[in-house]
Amino acid sequence: MDASLPAHMRPDRSFQGLLLALQRYWADYGCVILQPYDMEVGAGTFHPGTTLRALGPKPWNAAYVQPSRRPKDGRYGENPNRLQHYYQFQVILKPSPPNLQELYLKSLAAIGIDSAIHDIRFVEDDWESPTLGAWGLGWECWCDGMEVSQFTYFQQVAGVECAPVAGELTYGLERLACYLQGVDRIMDLNFNGREGAEKVTYRDVFFQAEQEYSRHNFEHADTTMLFEQFKMAEAACKKYLDAGWREGNRREHLMALPAYDQCIKASHVFNLLDARGVISVTERQSYIFRVRELAKACGEAWVHTEAGGAA
Amino acid sequence: MPDLLLELFSEEIPARMQAKAADDLRRLVTDRLVAEGLVYEGAKAFATPRRLALTVHGIPARQPDLKTERRGPKVGAPDAAVQGFLKATGMNSLDEAKIQRDPKGDFYIGLIEKPGRDAIDVLAEILPVIIRTFPWPKSMRWGARSAKSGSLSWVRPLHAITATFGLETEEPDVVKFSVDGIETGQTTYGHRFLAPSAISVRRFEDYEAKLLDAKVVLDPDRRKDTILTDAKQLAFAQGFELVEDQNLLDEVSGLVEWPVVLMGSFEQEFLKTPDEVIRATIRNNQKCFVVRDPKTGRLTNKFVLTANIEATDGGKVIVSGNERVIRARLSDAKFFYETDLKTKLEDRLPKFEQIVFHEKLGTQAARIKRIERLAGEIAPLVGADVAKATRAAHLAKADLLTEVVGEFPEVQGLMGKYYALAQGEDASVAAACEEHYKPQGPADRVPTDPVSVAVALADKIDTLVGFWAIDEKPTGSKDPYALRRAALGVIRLIAENALRLSLMKVAASALAGLSVKSAEAERIPSDLLAFFADRLKVQLREQGARHDLVDAVFALGGQDDLLMIVRRVEALGKFLESDDGKNLLAGTKRASNILSIEEKKDKRTFDGAPDAALYSLDEEKALAKAIGEVKTEASAAVAKEDFAAAMSAMAKLRPPVDAFFDKVRVNDDDAKVRENRLKLLNEIRSATRAVADFSKIQD
Repeated sequence: MDASLPAHMRPDRSFQGLLLALQRYWADYGCVILQPYDMEVGAGTFHPGTTLRALGPKPWNAAYVQPSRRPKDGRYGENPNRLQHYYQFQVILKPSPPNLQELYLKSLAAIGIDSAIHDIRFVEDDWESPTLGAWGLGWECWCDGMEVSQFTYFQQVAGVECAPVAGELTYGLERLACYLQGVDRIMDLNFNGREGAEKVTYRDVFFQAEQEYSRHNFEHADTTMLFEQFKMAEAACKKYLDAGWREGNRREHLMALPAYDQCIKASHVFNLLDARGVISVTERQSYIFRVRELAKACGEAWVHTEAGGAA
Repeated sequence: MPDLLLELFSEEIPARMQAKAADDLRRLVTDRLVAEGLVYEGAKAFATPRRLALTVHGIPARQPDLKTERRGPKVGAPDAAVQGFLKATGMNSLDEAKIQRDPKGDFYIGLIEKPGRDAIDVLAEILPVIIRTFPWPKSMRWGARSAKSGSLSWVRPLHAITATFGLETEEPDVVKFSVDGIETGQTTYGHRFLAPSAISVRRFEDYEAKLLDAKVVLDPDRRKDTILTDAKQLAFAQGFELVEDQNLLDEVSGLVEWPVVLMGSFEQEFLKTPDEVIRATIRNNQKCFVVRDPKTGRLTNKFVLTANIEATDGGKVIVSGNERVIRARLSDAKFFYETDLKTKLEDRLPKFEQIVFHEKLGTQAARIKRIERLAGEIAPLVGADVAKATRAAHLAKADLLTEVVGEFPEVQGLMGKYYALAQGEDASVAAACEEHYKPQGPADRVPTDPVSVAVALADKIDTLVGFWAIDEKPTGSKDPYALRRAALGVIRLIAENALRLSLMKVAASALAGLSVKSAEAERIPSDLLAFFADRLKVQLREQGARHDLVDAVFALGGQDDLLMIVRRVEALGKFLESDDGKNLLAGTKRASNILSIEEKKDKRTFDGAPDAALYSLDEEKALAKAIGEVKTEASAAVAKEDFAAAMSAMAKLRPPVDAFFDKVRVNDDDAKVRENRLKLLNEIRSATRAVADFSKIQD
């Protein structure tokens, strides 16, 4: 960590500093620094920069912050560690480089986690996303007993075998920041690194939003509309996929990305319905299955596009 | 003789897979060596999070030469056949072949000599195959090579292979091969953080020592010892004791190469949460040990963690980091617990209407109602208060819907007890919430409180009857609903509490309460009874007792009182150990054998009372008299359930039976006498049936 940095840029003094330090580190490595995807997603993995770009033979190195929505995790801003909207920092490297673990450990050093005094561990955690038809093997990375990242070698995404395999790193930014800043509640994080009147906390930025969205997610989200939206997104996804095959043959696809947007949409709408408690246990499985079928069809289309296909 | 050193250096191997992987590696390599004629002296395998290592010592430097004979064509066979034979055996001419004569003529015999190969070449051939086909429970591909199919699969990316072979006194050779671009060598690496540099190794002895210098303890047992000793010491130094936990120790030792044990603490106020919840939280989520105060037996506010580094600050930061996480986890657990306490158990029950127990067996709510009714029926049979048993069955499953059990399924039942006590339930009712799951296995404690017993029986019998009704019985190794365990639980509950109940009646009642109607409903109770008999046999076999006696008792028919069956089997077992028992068994079997031969011959049975007027010999009369007496005496004893007395009565049969076979010829020339004697033999058989069917007893 660069000691000469001002507090508003330092990962241990400001939330934004953490984010900037990670961006800087992975930019230096050679990643494309993307911006968040402009749709509501449940995790950084949903960003097409990961889901779709993980497929196909072309090399791809990217990093980005992704606001992630987990409607069910809302706690009206009252729980110290749980939010319905939080940030993930996502890195995807295809093919996975042989020194990926070292790269990851150096990124921790870059945000001020010194392996001479911190106990960093790779603890088995097999990752699976039933909605994305994806799985991989890897670890949750522990720092002094706290899970700070997920580390996954993708084996399959959207139902398609990864060839070559991509390595995915996901940093839980709020949790890391709490640790670096030594605070116990996410809301108490210093966001901008200033002190006194200029200081902006995570609470200042997000507390109201957590309350409002919790009300929305649990009490008021319009379920009739959402059920309708799910169906519409599902139908649109299929429609765009069908229409995207060039000249009707299944050799080249021209609309994988817009179709995938609808898959993302369906997934988020399902999460909202789930949070509202209007989906029964058995129905739940069938909704997950429907989203997975969309994701798989999008994956199939993607590998027939220019970016996803063979060189 | 030379030794092999093999190390497979990779990214972190899941802790739960390490022990088996080390064992598999040893087995696969040594099996192949033996198959190749290389009989070794010893082998040992090790695992750390980052490596699998194997040493095999005393491998012969060369395979033995193999000589095999091959039979060729007949002498004078066509040239094509001769040429083929020469080619196959590698001989230059028939002059090198022997000629062997057999009844079909003279044949050429070729001798094929296969010279043994150097062991190092054999190793270079077998090791890569073992690596490529290694039986990991889950494996993965990685890196640029995974673009092509057929790339190596390993548990996590494999980085280096060390493989050396040689004598102690010499510089060993590298066993040269490569797997997916990884060339074998003599270079490994030390601890990830404490000593990451490359290390050059020769053979196992210096390998293990150099790793130790590089902060890697290779032997998992040694890591476990260190962790356990240090953890106990840390607890002891504070006047406390470690709560030992073998599974946790196994796991933790698989997460570190250089164990450093540290102690942390948490706020006293968390101790208001039940100990089991604290332990589950700290153990499952943080993989740390908890510590108890030997004076009170309760947990203290300390925990023991195992770090993987010797930190330059002595571990201060590590401890405080772990404390933070544990504090957050415990405050979640405390919150869950306190939230749970706000809702009465019975108020949770309506939710069970929405939860399907099994597609064909309806909801959990329906199941709870069935168990309630059945527990009420069983209660008077086991000396339990009906109201308490019904109440306990009503509440026993409610904790499944609590936050704490949702988070830590292993404390199901136990939390039910806590919550029941907290809402002022009767102590027996609360105990039953926990104990109705028991016994969980052959080693688990059997509850003795009648209320617990009634609910435990009702729960298990409902499960068994239900799955029998929908024909989901265990088959072979498949028993997804743990029905064998449930049946064994029923047996132990009955036997160990000396309970008298008719299983057929209880099963029939459970069946009547089901909403599914099976076409074979009538057969289910007796079918289930046979299943209980099987379980009983398995249990007796495992205890080293005679299981054939179970068949001998069940064969009497109408036996559905497990306690009586067990008692009868025990008495029979004791009797058969005595000389009287052994001889009577032999006599009875002899009688049965003669009978079955003669029955076959005459195509009839010899039922019916013998005619006393036809007895001519004293031995016949004596036997007939004894049978009469023994029958009466044994039946009376059985009626009093005094099986030991019944067996003693049986013993009185032995002298007259022995004397009869000694002096009396059964197949008398007079057909009438013969028939009468056969009838008398039949009487022996039927007399012994007062206690068991002796024909089912194995010698």
